[in-house]
Amino acid sequence: MTYDLLAHFIKIGGTVAFTSVFVLAIIYALWPQNRERFERAAHLPLETHDAPETDHD
Amino acid sequence: MSTQTPLNLANPHLKRDDTLIPMLFILIPGVIWATFAATGSGFGSFNGIAMKAQAATMLFALIGAIIYIVGKMGTEPPTVDHSQYADKVIKFGVIATTFWGIAGMLVGVIIAAQLAWPEIFYFESAAWTNFGRLRPLHTSAVIFAFGGNALIATSFYVVQRTCRTRLAGGSWPWFVFWGYQLFIVLAATGYLMGVTGGKEYAEPEWYVDIWLTVVWVAYLLVFLCTLAKRKEPHIYVANWFYLAFIVTVAILHLVNNLALPVSATSAKSYGVYAGVQDAMTQWWYGHNAVGFFLTAGFLAIMYYFIPKRANRPIWSYKLSIVHFWAVIFIYIWAGPHHLHYTALPQWTQTLGMVFSIMLWMPSWGGMINGLMTLQGAWDKLRSDPVLRMLVVSVAFYGMATFEGPLLSIRYVNALSHYTDWGIGHVHSGALGWNGFVTFGALYCLVPWLWKKKDLYSTRLVEWHFWLATIGIVFYITAMWGAGISQGLNWRSYTELGFLEYSFIETVSPLHVFYAIRTLGGLLFLLGTLIMAWNIRMTIMGRGNAESTLADDAAKKPVLPETDTIPPTLAPAE
Repeated sequence: MTYDLLAHFIKIGGTVAFTSVFVLAIIYALWPQNRERFERAAHLPLETHDAPETDHD
Repeated sequence: MSTQTPLNLANPHLKRDDTLIPMLFILIPGVIWATFAATGSGFGSFNGIAMKAQAATMLFALIGAIIYIVGKMGTEPPTVDHSQYADKVIKFGVIATTFWGIAGMLVGVIIAAQLAWPEIFYFESAAWTNFGRLRPLHTSAVIFAFGGNALIATSFYVVQRTCRTRLAGGSWPWFVFWGYQLFIVLAATGYLMGVTGGKEYAEPEWYVDIWLTVVWVAYLLVFLCTLAKRKEPHIYVANWFYLAFIVTVAILHLVNNLALPVSATSAKSYGVYAGVQDAMTQWWYGHNAVGFFLTAGFLAIMYYFIPKRANRPIWSYKLSIVHFWAVIFIYIWAGPHHLHYTALPQWTQTLGMVFSIMLWMPSWGGMINGLMTLQGAWDKLRSDPVLRMLVVSVAFYGMATFEGPLLSIRYVNALSHYTDWGIGHVHSGALGWNGFVTFGALYCLVPWLWKKKDLYSTRLVEWHFWLATIGIVFYITAMWGAGISQGLNWRSYTELGFLEYSFIETVSPLHVFYAIRTLGGLLFLLGTLIMAWNIRMTIMGRGNAESTLADDAAKKPVLPETDTIPPTLAPAE
């Protein structure tokens, strides 16, 4: 396999892989079923816990 | 606390801490190497004195750590209380951040003055007072010592609160803290003695690089293991930014610093890259140090401290996820814009430029998300200077990330590159964004960590805010003036096609700008000194900083710090 051939596959493959992962991330962010989870997550810093949770162990 | 009582009787969450002994496997090989380096012949222009001094510093620190560990294990084996957050290491981080901030900014003011008045603080007999030695000291102290300590301390705070669990790894967070301080001291003293790898923002030599790698891996593991034992199922977005910062900085550091030392005990090494590959690797590193150290890491601070301080949820959590992934996928390609009109292939330059322009979108998305978090709480900007500081930092983030893509355009770069415009751009980001967001976070953390009702004085925060803001305005406007004047003068041609000005003719008009810049820096430093005073008085419990532990102080005798003056619970003595 020549350098040019290898570089060709890496360029195409890299672009496709990176773009797909990015698109998946956008879909995850916009997925309607995640709305509730994100709504809760947006409030996470506002919760006050003076001590860690130690239910198990 | 009696250490004689069996561990599990009183508090079922009190566990033995078995993490100190494994540290010896790092410390003892370090001591062996440092012994050879301190006694060996070394390398360099003064018969290896620099190497010996560096090795001696390392020996002193590592042997001190070993004695501490052995002594601790022998007398009072350490314990970990899993029902408490690990906050003491964060307190140390807050103090270290303040200390290094003052040190780094002071050196900045000195070298700014040296540029305006070259004789200031320069002695021919003392090579370390040379601008060339002090400049990396300034940049490393403010970025890696001040910024790095702020990131480590806030990440330890945020990851515990948002995962509702204690930091993992027993005493390893302490290893990270002290190991990082040793890295800073070795790097800083090395620069002053002329030990440098010569790569901008990556100046430390190979043995300091290896030490930082060890510390950084420990940091990554502490962070990952804390995430792994989280009680909150969702990993909050600030932790994603922190993790991206830690992982990417590790990769950048390793790849850019690949080098072969002259010998196993020599301070001198040669990088493995050459020519344009070396330049590209350096700016892939350099720009992503901006992207992942100074941006991703500090965005994590923004995403926790602004909602917390404003007591408002993040404006759009969706946007924060898109912001995160866009920063991750785009930033990494922007480095080539540092190498316009060089031997770097044109297509690579164009690629760097295009990705830099694309970066404008996530940057402004993030800025809008930070600012809009104040929706419904805008009135707090009038009364709370700490929140104002955090919000202004986001505004500077927006400004610097607008200017950056502009400067990355090849034709704009033809005017701006190598001029003081670049220095102005960097400082609007560093002072306005990184500085202010750090100050805001410190002002939040000190009362929270030391359990005080409020800061010692809000008025002093106002003073800090305005002095620093005016300082930044002086600084960046002076650098715009200086930079554009340089850029235009350098490319002025006569009608015969010769350069119109000799180099010195383009330098002499800069004096007044450099004087204004020094004044701006001085005001900024003054603000930081006021902050340090405010932090000190808050820790001491003066002014408005009444202890919130007044009622249960008797119940929790562990909390008040032994290294500071006891909280002023009693009325005047």
